[in-house]
Amino acid sequence: MSTEKQLFTISVYTENNIGLLNRISAIFQRRHINIESLNTSPSEIEGVSKFTIVVNMTDENMKKIIGQIEKQVEVIKAYYHKDEDTIYQESCIFKMQSDLLFEERQIQNIIKDSNARIVTVNKSFFVIEKSGRKEEVDLIYKELKPFGILQFTRSGRVSVSKQPMEISQMLTAFN
Amino acid sequence: METQTIKNKETDQIVTERISGSEAIVRSLIAEGVKVLYGYPGGAIMPVYDELYKYQDKIHHVLTRHEQGATHSAQGYARISGEVGVAIATSGPGATNLITGIADAQIDSTPMICITGQVPSHLLGSDAFQETDIVGISSPVTKWNCQVTKASQIPEAIAKAFFIAKSGRPGPVLVDITKDAQFEEFDFSYQKCTKVRSYVPVPKTVSGTLEAAAKLINGAKKPMIIWGQGVVLSEAEEAFKALVEKSGIPAAWTILGASALPTSHRLNVGMLGMHGNYAPNKLTNECDVLIAIGMRFDDRVTGDLTKYAKQAKVIHFEIDPSEIDKNVKTDVAVLGDAKATLTAILPLINENTHTAWHQEFKDLYAIEYEKIIKDDLYPTKEGLTMGEVIHQINVHSNGDAAIVTDVGQHQMIACRYAEFNKTKSNITSGGLGTMGFGLPAAIGAKMAAPEREVVSISGDGGYQMTIQELGTIFQQKAAVKVVVLNNDFLGMVRQWQQLFFDKRYASTEMINPNFVAIAEGYYLKARKVTKREDLAAAVKEMMESKEAYFLEVCVEKEGNVFPMVPSGASVSDIRLS
Repeated sequence: MSTEKQLFTISVYTENNIGLLNRISAIFQRRHINIESLNTSPSEIEGVSKFTIVVNMTDENMKKIIGQIEKQVEVIKAYYHKDEDTIYQESCIFKMQSDLLFEERQIQNIIKDSNARIVTVNKSFFVIEKSGRKEEVDLIYKELKPFGILQFTRSGRVSVSKQPMEISQMLTAFN
Repeated sequence: METQTIKNKETDQIVTERISGSEAIVRSLIAEGVKVLYGYPGGAIMPVYDELYKYQDKIHHVLTRHEQGATHSAQGYARISGEVGVAIATSGPGATNLITGIADAQIDSTPMICITGQVPSHLLGSDAFQETDIVGISSPVTKWNCQVTKASQIPEAIAKAFFIAKSGRPGPVLVDITKDAQFEEFDFSYQKCTKVRSYVPVPKTVSGTLEAAAKLINGAKKPMIIWGQGVVLSEAEEAFKALVEKSGIPAAWTILGASALPTSHRLNVGMLGMHGNYAPNKLTNECDVLIAIGMRFDDRVTGDLTKYAKQAKVIHFEIDPSEIDKNVKTDVAVLGDAKATLTAILPLINENTHTAWHQEFKDLYAIEYEKIIKDDLYPTKEGLTMGEVIHQINVHSNGDAAIVTDVGQHQMIACRYAEFNKTKSNITSGGLGTMGFGLPAAIGAKMAAPEREVVSISGDGGYQMTIQELGTIFQQKAAVKVVVLNNDFLGMVRQWQQLFFDKRYASTEMINPNFVAIAEGYYLKARKVTKREDLAAAVKEMMESKEAYFLEVCVEKEGNVFPMVPSGASVSDIRLS
């Protein structure tokens, strides 16, 4: 069993109840584990929420954490995957001064080469959006930074697994 | 029961009644069979108290002297009866005072429901008078909790709370109810909860694991059983005893497992862990198959995990999947409820006696007896020992009493030496180690099992943490026998200071009050013993009393509890002195 830390993407299917985020985040906090990224959203099943959590930890501790998450009454099922077993994306947006767009040709090249897109432009600022893997988002940030970024926000990871996560059948079994 | 949902036979319609949220709370509790609840009134819970007043012929509210006392009483009630204990408090400080008891119930898997009043919903988040985020505060120490802001949500929330608290691995549940929801009227009907989507109380036993476990057990030359409270919680005592007897395997217990098998049973080889018996600790590292049943390998049981049972194949019978491999890697995990899995495995187990292996336990016991037990129970030196007090209680209760202990030296001594004939007889705070647990827990235990003799044993430190509950004993006429083993020290901490901090007794000496006068202030019969020749008669008088009785025994000031596995050491390194 690997004792080296690595990134895991945890997918937690849950009831949509107030307070559950608190319970799930407390599982990490109590064990002094930093959450790299966290996203909550509806899932493919109506009325079922999905937490997507990225953490850096050992395989052995990951298994224990999954046990603790599943122990929560309102958690339906939790899965964990290594990066190579998921398709994942992150999204980020940059707000920059509008005059840069016309004065710095390089910015347009960066947008084109990185498959980013301009969301909006007005007299004072314009907004660039980029979705992709972590490294791609890191790269465009690095490239745009020298020009001066007014605001930057990056989303949590969203991910789907290559193998099925069979929640629908599980819910049928519960009922 | 009249308060449960009534179906009209002709129309098959659920009959409802228009009542207030607060009445719904009380009627929901009655519908769940609650006869006694413990609590303390205050602003945000007053509508419920008003209903308790009206329903006092059906449900008995016990006014404790502190909300913490209410939780421990509810825990004591739950632990001796197997039923859900109920505590109730107001918002703010009333609610936060419940937290220690809730945390205790969580770590010791005790089914308990706490109902708290909350400020009206329009004031939530406004820092209103006595507002506190009790759902947020209690989340990490509850099995489940929720906040109710509408009367119509009350029956479902309470039904769900009872189901979750009691099913699977039990635990505490908190339901926080805003004051406006208590006043609001709605159409009430009550249906018990039997399942919650997303919640699996008892996991399925994985196919083949019983056979694999049986094969290991049957092939073992030196098998050892270690059991915990899971045997008690699943009421698996008979199945467990049958397994122990058929297999002839020596069995040792965690403190919460004590009393599931009578102390005098020939295969009961004693207590595990830091102050457990010499033989089961030593031989944990000699056995070839370690069979853990309904226990969670707490660090106080295992000591250094890197030197724990490394030679053994480990079988773990467990209801909570997250406990598997959490502390000790298992070779075979048998998931499920202990009663079901132990019953299922019994036919697969070969009869055996393991005579030679059993002799190893006897030999080590003889060493422990000579070096420790003899002097604890039958001391010849001046100064009373805690052990001889427990021995006298054994003698005068015939081992039938429920022993409720607090936390510290007296707890370890009581657990080591108390004789238990019946299950659910050892009520103590194991996982959390909550000083102050004992006295209020004994009140709850006595009220749940009035026919049983209930003896509360505390040290002078923990006793004073919840001493105010003497008022509850007096008011309720609860015939609890209250014993304080007084050494004028926080004895366990003092012992560690002696052994590991060069006798620097920082803040462990206690200048104590006149305990007898305090008990008498609450109109309790009270007696103090300082000499050995008075002990037996005093214990006899206490046990024969029909009413509550307080007995202070002044014991050796610097007595130590041995054996001892020092913190962080291996169970093999258990010390006899």
